[in-house]
Amino acid sequence: MEMPVPDPSILARKDQIVRRLASVLPGDAVIHDPAETRAYECDGLTAYRCPPLCAVLPGSTEEVAAVLKICHEEGVPVVPRGSGTSLAGGALPTADSVILGVARLSDVIETDYENRVIRVQTGRTNLSVTGAVEADGFFYAPDPSSQLACAIAGNIAMNSGGAHCLKYGVTTNNLMGVTMVMMDGTVTEIGGAHLDAAGYDLLGLICGSEGQLGVVTEATLRILPKPEGARPVLMGFNSAEVAGACVADIIKAGVLPVAIEYMDRLCIEVTDRHSGAGYPDCEALLIVEVEGSDAEIDEQLGLISQIARKHDPVALRESQSPEESAKIWLGRKSAFGAMGQINDYMCLDGTIPVSELPFVLRRIAELSDEFGLEVGNVFHAGDGNMHPLILFDANKPGDLERCEAFGAEILKLCVEVGGCLTGEHGVGIEKRDLMDTQYDPADLELQMRVKDVFDPGWLLNPAKVFPLGASEARRMPRQAA
Amino acid sequence: MLKPTTEADLADAIAAAKGPFAVQGAGTRRLGHPVAGDALSTQGLSGITLYEPGALTIVAQAGTPVSEVEAILATGGQRLPFEPMDHRALMDTTGEPTIGGVVAANVSGPRRIQAGACRDSLIGVRFVDGSGAVVKNGGRVMKNVTGYDLVKLMAGSYGTLGVLTEVSFKVLPTTDAAATLVIPGLTAARAVKAMSTAMGSPFEVSGAAARPGAETLLRIEGFADSVRYRAERLVDLLSPFGAVGVERDADKIRVTWREIRDAEMFAGSGEDVWRISVKPTDGPRVTEVLPGARLLLDWAGGLVWAGVSPGTDVRAALAGIPGHATLIRGGAPTKATLPVFHPEPAPVAAIAQGLRAQFDPRGILNPGLMG
Repeated sequence: MEMPVPDPSILARKDQIVRRLASVLPGDAVIHDPAETRAYECDGLTAYRCPPLCAVLPGSTEEVAAVLKICHEEGVPVVPRGSGTSLAGGALPTADSVILGVARLSDVIETDYENRVIRVQTGRTNLSVTGAVEADGFFYAPDPSSQLACAIAGNIAMNSGGAHCLKYGVTTNNLMGVTMVMMDGTVTEIGGAHLDAAGYDLLGLICGSEGQLGVVTEATLRILPKPEGARPVLMGFNSAEVAGACVADIIKAGVLPVAIEYMDRLCIEVTDRHSGAGYPDCEALLIVEVEGSDAEIDEQLGLISQIARKHDPVALRESQSPEESAKIWLGRKSAFGAMGQINDYMCLDGTIPVSELPFVLRRIAELSDEFGLEVGNVFHAGDGNMHPLILFDANKPGDLERCEAFGAEILKLCVEVGGCLTGEHGVGIEKRDLMDTQYDPADLELQMRVKDVFDPGWLLNPAKVFPLGASEARRMPRQAA
Repeated sequence: MLKPTTEADLADAIAAAKGPFAVQGAGTRRLGHPVAGDALSTQGLSGITLYEPGALTIVAQAGTPVSEVEAILATGGQRLPFEPMDHRALMDTTGEPTIGGVVAANVSGPRRIQAGACRDSLIGVRFVDGSGAVVKNGGRVMKNVTGYDLVKLMAGSYGTLGVLTEVSFKVLPTTDAAATLVIPGLTAARAVKAMSTAMGSPFEVSGAAARPGAETLLRIEGFADSVRYRAERLVDLLSPFGAVGVERDADKIRVTWREIRDAEMFAGSGEDVWRISVKPTDGPRVTEVLPGARLLLDWAGGLVWAGVSPGTDVRAALAGIPGHATLIRGGAPTKATLPVFHPEPAPVAAIAQGLRAQFDPRGILNPGLMG
């Protein structure tokens, strides 16, 4: 994965830039010692590392504005960073960039149950948003796997999803307003506690723009009353085809589960060994969760089980208690950790039309043989968001490159069958150079023109999302100047 | 009127344009300021491209009648979750509303509070921008964060950024049963309190509307037993607000919520009609500053429909209440003096103007419609 060559004129001005930033921030909020900037050299995509010029940790919207104004004047690229859990390299710095971390912006500004919204600073973690309202019976719905650590700022930048978005949607469906600082330091307010934008849907545009349009410092989020209860049913099948058909039948029957999770044999075996979840010996496993009162749950699970039985499951287990529910979820929730214990792995994130599931899984198995790398499949089956985990050995020369080539083939396959490169992790640098498999030049050109409007100098997270070749002309004038 | 029948013809027409276009579907909504330009309709681009019930997905050409989309979804026991409003009664128009028009105006109904707006169900678009380039964004899968979300941007852009040619939606199952809870006689403030109480419960209310002083209505939908259970629990929960009636007749329920969805109480009146979006607890404040207005509260109080005498500056009355007001129906004199869309703060207006210049550099797509 290539990154642009750092601008030597910026590297040469490091002292001056640091001095100016220090003049608008508390002393401990500017990190420039090379021993300390190393802490910001990568995010969750650890294969790529580069310490930034410096990192800043502003504590207010005003400080963010002051930092951006200086960087704008100095022509220094800025890489916004939430908690650094991106799996796509969204927060990967370049040597000539300033990391702008929002970690110190973690306050709850207002909770408003009558209007069912919460206003937070965006450095707050996803789970602690729910933490702030759950004693009063509410929760914040988007639940990415990293929710213990990931920041709302990063959730907004990547439009993060989670296991429960079949019913509750992803970040963009739960975001109602933002305070955003533009690259030149202008502070704008968009949306609020009311529904729907007055003019263009800028909120929808900002969400998922990977920190390239502005830095969001505060957000108004929709909160929901907690359901009375939730319980899953676990089912095992002898083939991916049958499991896929069962998912389609459940959806066609008019049930709307909150989650439908899929695991293949490799993941079932590894997670079962790791967690002792007691999963059945089978090719494909589904965990389907529904919500409501006890009677409502029984009714829905009964209907789902009835559908499942028509597909000859090798196992069918309706949870009757919180203990059973926890055990069913145990393996799935530890899947990534369990896979990590047996091997290095790369986690992909393509989405496919659910009807293509059997074909895509078959094709992935063939590619696995061709590349000589094992792959396990975890999958949000209700919405078609796949997470193939390609196993490789980071210490073995050439294995990472082979793994990336294999991953690229899988993502191209997702696009070919009518899907997309990334369902919830974002493009970052990881899928950047594959963008032209999904989009034509005119599609990408118009997206880049959107960035031209928000950030004409292409200083915000400039080397992400768009293939470097496509964005070069926009990024380079800065270096020529 | 120009009615291209293929996306390529549409692109050619726009690329070759000598002057502005007044872009429309069937023209049943007539929202915004009048546009001087050649009429360009998407009605020639019609037909369902793909419907996959097991994937909760439908793709249709922009000019496809909404009724056709709804009819095919009904065969799979599904529907558009956001319950799009039909503007014909309110605006006194005729014709078959198109699905592209629904998207262009981001039209949503009472279920918006539970299932989201049109833009929340919209997962893909194809359109021709102002230079004649064909552009796609999103696709036919419901989870997609690949590149910028121009899908959302196109929803509610009223044809000013591009002419839609194809739209894709995530759809949801139709529900078996429904009930409407009716509480008579609450003031706006009490009505919003009652609706907030219901919305803050786990009983999944899919509609919450009120005519202040007359009645407050709450809709629940789902499997029959579940609807019965939730209705009972809500009747208990809402007992402090008075006697709660339960309507279970499916036809009556459908008519009641259609009347709310389409703001039918304002049909045929000579009033200007405004649509005001505020946080729900500000709904009663809106009703206080508009004495003499005829009012309908939807979205648990967050959407206020106001019928006022022609020329009334509703925005001036609302000063200090965060949110926005749109003049949906008003005569030429009102539109000449008051902007249809809510004026934006300077930085936001600058972004909007910048986007318009990038998407439509010659300013030929519905110029002036949004003010």
